[in-house]
Amino acid sequence: MSMPSRVATPAPAGLRELSFAQAVNEALAEELRRDPSVFIIGEDVGEAGTPFKVLSGLIEEFGPDRVIDSPISEAGITGLAVGAAMTGMRPVVDIMFGDFMTLVMDQLVNQAAKVHYMSGGKLNVPMVVRTTLGATRRSAAQHSQSLHAWFSHVPGLKVALPASPQDAKGLLKAAIRDDSPVVVFEDKMMYQSKGPVPEGDFLIPLGAAEVKRAGRDVTIVATSSMVHVALSAADLLEGEGISAEVVDPRTAVPLDRATLVESVQKTGRAIVVDEGYERYGVTAELASVIGEGAFYHLDAPVRRLGAMDVPIPFSPVLEDLTVPTPESVAAAARELCREAAKG
Amino acid sequence: MATGARRRGDGQVGVEVSPELARQMYEQMLRIRRFDLHVNQLYLSAKMPGLAHLYVGQEAVAVGVCSALRRDDYITSTHRGHGHCLAKGAQIRRMFAELLGKEEGYCRGKGGSMHIADPESGNLGANAIVAGSTGIATGAALSAKMRGTDRIAVCFFGEGALGQGVLYEVMNMASLWKLPVVYVCENNLYNEYTHYSETTAGSVIDRASALGLAAESVDGQDVRAIYGAALRAVERARGGDGPSFLESLTYRFFGHHVGDVDRSYYRSKEEEEDWKTNRDPVRIMADWMIERAIADRETLDRIEQHVEAEVASAEEWALGAPYPDPSEVDQDVYA
Repeated sequence: MSMPSRVATPAPAGLRELSFAQAVNEALAEELRRDPSVFIIGEDVGEAGTPFKVLSGLIEEFGPDRVIDSPISEAGITGLAVGAAMTGMRPVVDIMFGDFMTLVMDQLVNQAAKVHYMSGGKLNVPMVVRTTLGATRRSAAQHSQSLHAWFSHVPGLKVALPASPQDAKGLLKAAIRDDSPVVVFEDKMMYQSKGPVPEGDFLIPLGAAEVKRAGRDVTIVATSSMVHVALSAADLLEGEGISAEVVDPRTAVPLDRATLVESVQKTGRAIVVDEGYERYGVTAELASVIGEGAFYHLDAPVRRLGAMDVPIPFSPVLEDLTVPTPESVAAAARELCREAAKG
Repeated sequence: MATGARRRGDGQVGVEVSPELARQMYEQMLRIRRFDLHVNQLYLSAKMPGLAHLYVGQEAVAVGVCSALRRDDYITSTHRGHGHCLAKGAQIRRMFAELLGKEEGYCRGKGGSMHIADPESGNLGANAIVAGSTGIATGAALSAKMRGTDRIAVCFFGEGALGQGVLYEVMNMASLWKLPVVYVCENNLYNEYTHYSETTAGSVIDRASALGLAAESVDGQDVRAIYGAALRAVERARGGDGPSFLESLTYRFFGHHVGDVDRSYYRSKEEEEDWKTNRDPVRIMADWMIERAIADRETLDRIEQHVEAEVASAEEWALGAPYPDPSEVDQDVYA
């Protein structure tokens, strides 16, 4: 088998190593500078810069009128953002933990998602909600969930799932400039991870998947936190002579079906990995897209790997069992390749 | 202006209403009344799909408040929103068209009775979630302030919304940040089929004044009283003095929606008759205009005939208007 290669995104001038958090911060700062209608609202977004320190320094440059520290009122601030977005502003709402998205369901699902359609296209809601996903931070059941599937289910919302500092910057800038509401889920465990990020006006269109690593034998479609798990799995598999291709959809909505299907048509085997609960989750949609688009190219059934269908437990010994790992993904790939060889 | 709760008795209008404005307000109340009576007939004759929540009996609230607004001020409305939309400047024919699911409707037929939005007249939309638009109105006020305009926002909601937490979240922020917003609570006594006294503890306006809003309770059947209270609240908002809360004491003459015809299990016929006979906002205004010699009975009759003809012709037009093309079904999901 030939050596797999990482498919590099065309690198614009001025690539620097930034952390995921710095890339988010840079995207926000650039958009706040560029467009006076952009503002940030959320809990502890000001001097505190959020508990994850992602927004540090922004209030110093842009002041408290554009980096608004809010009460602990997730529904209220999201509702305010919908109204502000309908009347000429581009709010970026910070919802500290993805688990708190339960508190903004009406504002996003019944209001933001429907205003444009329900008004016959006359009103727009150009707002962004930034929030987090991901377990293994020892934060227990109410600070660890990955609930992006819920929002991906609702027509009218877009959902971005950046998996690298570069994607974090490019997708967030595109989300802020989009005229529809976009929910951006950031993996809270990834904030300190580093990678190359282009300087200046770098945007990634919503709805463009990226082949994060090219391969021949099996396609691993992975989102957000699971992209790195998939890449590590691919490294393990490489040593065993299995060439895995890792495809990152980057946005759950809109979904770049063509890139997914094309990859599986080439490899004939597919695993989908996502940190949301497996049952009725993003993996089900991705598997179904592959099943419909690449059925006659499949040498084995599509495998799904999501978070275990249990509330996330606190004890590290238990928590680590609930999330796909490089080892579990590699094991699934091995099985698929064996099944296919037998078949 | 001191914040805190105040109650004004009947007759304490506190503002002069010119004869011209009086006639306009009377005509607008009648237009809303005739519109919704026609809507009821459309429902009863099975010409209108779905349901509608009639505003009949509450006309003074929408007209009194919207008479204190500029066209470029914002409103948000509710499931019982026809009155708000018309009072803010919507055209009857396009309202009918929307209720009938027609292409010429305000939302190209995609919204219907509970979702009429007309940005040109400042209407950011009626909302079918109770308290669902409280965030939107407050956000519009935040946006108006951030953009350096002197526009204000009015948030209409029923007393049922007092049970929703988001209302208090946004009123808190409006008060903290002195946002130019007026919360108009139309207390028509019933949360759907339940008297509000069974669902609402303590004083309604004290809830708002506890958050630092200027709050007052006003006779919702007297359009002049509503107008006066709204003017005070609008002046406060536009002047940068922050949000206000008006509780308008009113009554819906029909059921929760057009299909709610047997109401005896939650309110008595006597109560309904009493409000219709003694507390009809259209009649109260007519009596006042006659008493002040602003208009005589014949003039008022002429206004009524004119409005009725206008409404009937708009309805006829809308009934004959085309439905949207099926290809529209998946348009405008994303901007």
